[in-house]
Amino acid sequence: MIRLLELAGRPFIIAVEESGRIILLLISVITWILRPPFRFRIIFKQMEFVGVNSIFVVLITGVFTGMVFALQSYYGFKMFGGESLVGATVALGVTRELGPVFTALMVTGRVGSAMTAELGTMKVTEQIDALHSMSVNPIHYLVMPRIVAAILMLPVLTIVSDFVGILGGYFVGVELLKINSGIFVAKIIEFVDLEDIFNGLIKAACFGLILSLIGCYKGIHTTGGAEGVGKATTQSVVMSSVTIFISDYFLTSFMF
Amino acid sequence: MIELIKVCKAFKGQKVLDNLDLKIEPEKITVIIGRSGGGKSVLLKHIIGLIKPDSGQVLVDGVDTAKLNDKELNEIRKVFGMLFQDAALFDSMTVGENVAFPIKEHTKLSKKEIDEIVEEKLLQVDLKNVTHKMPSELSGGMRKRVGLARAIALNPKIVLFDEPTTGLDPIMCEGIDKLIINTQNHTKATFVVISHDIRSTFKIAHKVAMLYEGKIIEIGTPEEIRSSNNPVVKRFIE
Repeated sequence: MIRLLELAGRPFIIAVEESGRIILLLISVITWILRPPFRFRIIFKQMEFVGVNSIFVVLITGVFTGMVFALQSYYGFKMFGGESLVGATVALGVTRELGPVFTALMVTGRVGSAMTAELGTMKVTEQIDALHSMSVNPIHYLVMPRIVAAILMLPVLTIVSDFVGILGGYFVGVELLKINSGIFVAKIIEFVDLEDIFNGLIKAACFGLILSLIGCYKGIHTTGGAEGVGKATTQSVVMSSVTIFISDYFLTSFMF
Repeated sequence: MIELIKVCKAFKGQKVLDNLDLKIEPEKITVIIGRSGGGKSVLLKHIIGLIKPDSGQVLVDGVDTAKLNDKELNEIRKVFGMLFQDAALFDSMTVGENVAFPIKEHTKLSKKEIDEIVEEKLLQVDLKNVTHKMPSELSGGMRKRVGLARAIALNPKIVLFDEPTTGLDPIMCEGIDKLIINTQNHTKATFVVISHDIRSTFKIAHKVAMLYEGKIIEIGTPEEIRSSNNPVVKRFIE
């Protein structure tokens, strides 16, 4: 019986231990942010990798999300003659939820996985030990710049996603489904507050922290050669995506 | 200069180092031999503080590194250079950037001065016109040479080598052996080499220590080791 309970409780204990280690890594990163040298060059390089290089994928995801959302909400609203609300619905949905969440998921797939794979490879090929041996702290040199870059760039990418999402919704609603463009825009202005956009951006920054923290944590704890790097990368993407959804619920219930 | 006293280390209940005692003479080449998977790399990582012992002391210049925090350890590590088994070059940087890395991190020298040191260190390991190459473009032997150039970039007092000839052909091994001897003659640093290559060991070592079942079972000059009566040592070097 005790053995059975031990077996059942083991995943829970592992999850708690892992959460504890991730929080310790976060504390370590916070302390290193404040210490010189400030590593601006590496932070800018990472900002380019996280932000600039992700723009294309975010544009495509954002515009089609807005388009499909407009299409679906049009079919729903049409049942009771509420087509005029399509614009506001798309804008609210995109700025509050779909923009930040889909951007974070796309960046997790592109950037979070790359962070884990890169740091994981550095770990198994002793490059991280080499940093230690040269008196350079890997948290300061490798992890901190990636996390700062992700926190700064996710809101920027989300603004892009929000904008093209609403534009995609406008195209479907006004150009294809023939909703009056004045009404479409007026309802957006009437229902969407600056606070909706701002809260969405705060969410995006939180998601940036989550995906980079988990990406780096999984990377620097990789063991077992090439196979280990593959496993760590998969775990990182799954764990980041699930954590983004869970934290999205709590952030939403707290903010709106 | 380096002394390990009653060092114990176990991983998942399996003892790797068991009350190990070792004194390393300064300005000499000490080679630690032993079978693969016998804890040689673990021993080397204890010396530089990458692994902390479960018990015992690791003294570097009289300071017990096992008791130091990260900041103090980083200070102590500045007297070390280390060549890793597969060189551990940063694959996102060029050869020149790899060698310049510790200099940029720990000195305020100008770019021109750093470039001069990089050229000098690469020449010291017999490498020319490789500064702008990426590590992936180099052969195994060249990677080790670059690793050594990076390890000695800040003129460290102690240089550690983790299996420097593993994975190299006999001619390349000979080249690396010569390089270790020449570099030590030139720098007069303390060299600690981990190896299971007996031929190479007797060529480069001033002192040889045999690690077996977590302990140093024999230490002496190459001649003393050759004439040892210890059956384990005899079996290993034959």
